[in-house]
Amino acid sequence: MITAGVDVGAKFAKVVILKDGQVIARAKALVGFDLLKSATVVFETALKDAGLSRGDIQRVVATGMGRNIVVQKPPISAEEAVSEVVSAAAGAFHVIPTARTVIDVGAEEGRGIKVEGGKVRDFVINERCAAGAGTFIEAMARALEVKVEDMGPLALKSVNTIPMNAQCCVFAESEVVSLIHSKISKEDVSKAIHDAIAGRISSMVLRVGVEKDVVLIGGVALDPGFKPPLEKELKASVVIPGYPEYVSALGAAVIAANPAR
Amino acid sequence: MAPAVEVNEYPSEPLRCWDQAKNLRRDYYEDYLRAHEKGGLRWAGGAWSFSSVPAGLGEDVYCITGEPYGATIAFFKDFAAKCHDATEAAGFPRTLCAYMRNYWGSILLDKYLLTDGTVVDGYPPPDFIWQDHICCSHGKWYQLVKWLEQKRGKDVPMYCVDVSVGYPSDFAAEEDYKVDYIIGQLNDGIEWLEKTTGRKYNDSLLCDAVWNEMNATSLWAEVCALNKAVPAPLDEKTMYSLYVMGTLMKHRPECVAFYRTLRDEVQDRVKRGIAAVSTERFRVITDTQPPWGFLKIFREMEKYGAVSVGSLYTFGLIGMWQYLPDGTWIPKPMPPKKPQTREEALQAIVRWTLHKPEWAHFYQPELKTKMMESIVKQWNVNAVLLHYNRGCEGLSVHIAENRLGLMKEGIPVFPFEGNMGDERDFDLTGTMARLTAFFESMGLKKLKE
Repeated sequence: MITAGVDVGAKFAKVVILKDGQVIARAKALVGFDLLKSATVVFETALKDAGLSRGDIQRVVATGMGRNIVVQKPPISAEEAVSEVVSAAAGAFHVIPTARTVIDVGAEEGRGIKVEGGKVRDFVINERCAAGAGTFIEAMARALEVKVEDMGPLALKSVNTIPMNAQCCVFAESEVVSLIHSKISKEDVSKAIHDAIAGRISSMVLRVGVEKDVVLIGGVALDPGFKPPLEKELKASVVIPGYPEYVSALGAAVIAANPAR
Repeated sequence: MAPAVEVNEYPSEPLRCWDQAKNLRRDYYEDYLRAHEKGGLRWAGGAWSFSSVPAGLGEDVYCITGEPYGATIAFFKDFAAKCHDATEAAGFPRTLCAYMRNYWGSILLDKYLLTDGTVVDGYPPPDFIWQDHICCSHGKWYQLVKWLEQKRGKDVPMYCVDVSVGYPSDFAAEEDYKVDYIIGQLNDGIEWLEKTTGRKYNDSLLCDAVWNEMNATSLWAEVCALNKAVPAPLDEKTMYSLYVMGTLMKHRPECVAFYRTLRDEVQDRVKRGIAAVSTERFRVITDTQPPWGFLKIFREMEKYGAVSVGSLYTFGLIGMWQYLPDGTWIPKPMPPKKPQTREEALQAIVRWTLHKPEWAHFYQPELKTKMMESIVKQWNVNAVLLHYNRGCEGLSVHIAENRLGLMKEGIPVFPFEGNMGDERDFDLTGTMARLTAFFESMGLKKLKE
């Protein structure tokens, strides 16, 4: 059976095509103002890579904040949409069947999900502020005048701990500016930012409880500076699967393959 | 957005007594506004106050209870925003009780809100304040009302009853020392009312009002108990418009008559299998006051076939229950005999009021969790939605403990952040997205748009 998962996220659209449980194509691109157009471009790229057409895909399931935009609308015509929580749990379980706690940090939201057999048992999502999500790191990178992909490597060079408030993205940015003016090195500031976001995410995840295996997915999992402080805060090792930013799209494809779940 | 799922639908029909409820509530606010035109008196105080006691001053004594008025303002978000601006401009922080801030804002703006959203110029000051100090805000609330009225040139006398004695520690009886403590204050209060208003107090009217209050609150519990039926004859959004009568005028004969009519109608709905939500297939309860400006969340839930059948709050704020040691809830039976004297009336109403299940919110979080667990069992509930209500410190205290307690018993819980009276603390889109995820995690799919 061939299915596809389309994750229309806040920053990127991701598509995974699955054949009999194996990934045969994946694609991603930044989303623009026109979500449907952006998702369509990514979907068609994935189809092309797999050498398939829409007619070859038995079912498509959409997820992500823009998921409803592609339901029953050509050319994607997703048959169903599911929330990010459900798709993240299904995807994480598919790649790491021992997953019991899934931490999904995307551009807009951070989520902690307690999972049992791929099903959601409890979950928590950050409220009302991007301080617990990837956008926070992006905003802080702008303040530090470094590329976002350099933030993690910079943080790993620091051995100092500088407390920083990550309860509000806007206030945190002013705090970063103050640190810069106090001649704190970019390495130390970057570590402070990663420590702060890890503190925020872990305090949220602790509300649902941490059980091994802990799996980190979402775009922020690609940032090497995030895992060490997160493990320290959670007092647990964290597993990052390959292609962590695709796990939700993968979960949607898995759900598409099991419509009677 | 899943494709529509077909389900068997229950028959549903509107409540016949709906207009009666609307009119009663409308008249209540207008009666308070026009009390002086009829030569009557106006008083202000909380919905929990012993409203039967001022009733002894005469049948032309009208009250406005603070929490329902704050909630009415919250429902009309434009006016609420003006009230928030006014209180913040006067120097009060937005972390205070949201009902209280709405109420103060109305005074500061010198505008009075009617139930249809009409804003009347000139806030009608009360002739006296009769209040209960039930939580960290209630006593202070009316001290500030007094102060605000003083600034407008009106001296409003205030009497506040301390009721901080907790829920009876024994299931069978209330401790006498607690009862005596409150009765002593009410006896002093009656003297104070006579002195303050210059009216002679009528014990017979007190006895009538106490009997009405006991009847009304027992009847509301009966109505709530009928919601154990599947399908539920009432949904909580509708119940909000009905329980409110008990928060406004629990001591009045109109309230008793209305609840009797309602009880009979709901009994009839149960007999005929009439559902509040025709697609019911998943039952939830909530906790604390809802975000009043966003009651549409209940309609969104219905798209998943989810119906809120009530809450400890909706059942227990006005309903009076017998909570038995085995965890069973039954509507508190009426005493065999109506009180005949002032002493009997005060004894009866204090003992009755101390059984209000809502006390558990303030004093006994473990007991509150147990009460919620028994509601879950007896009302055939699938999950609990907990409103982390930033607008009410009193009822939100311990709510995170309740979450843990319920989850320990294997009950699915969905907490969401919000505020009963200040829309700035509520994120509708975010809450709906999370609620969707929760319903999906419960295996529900959307039934219809």
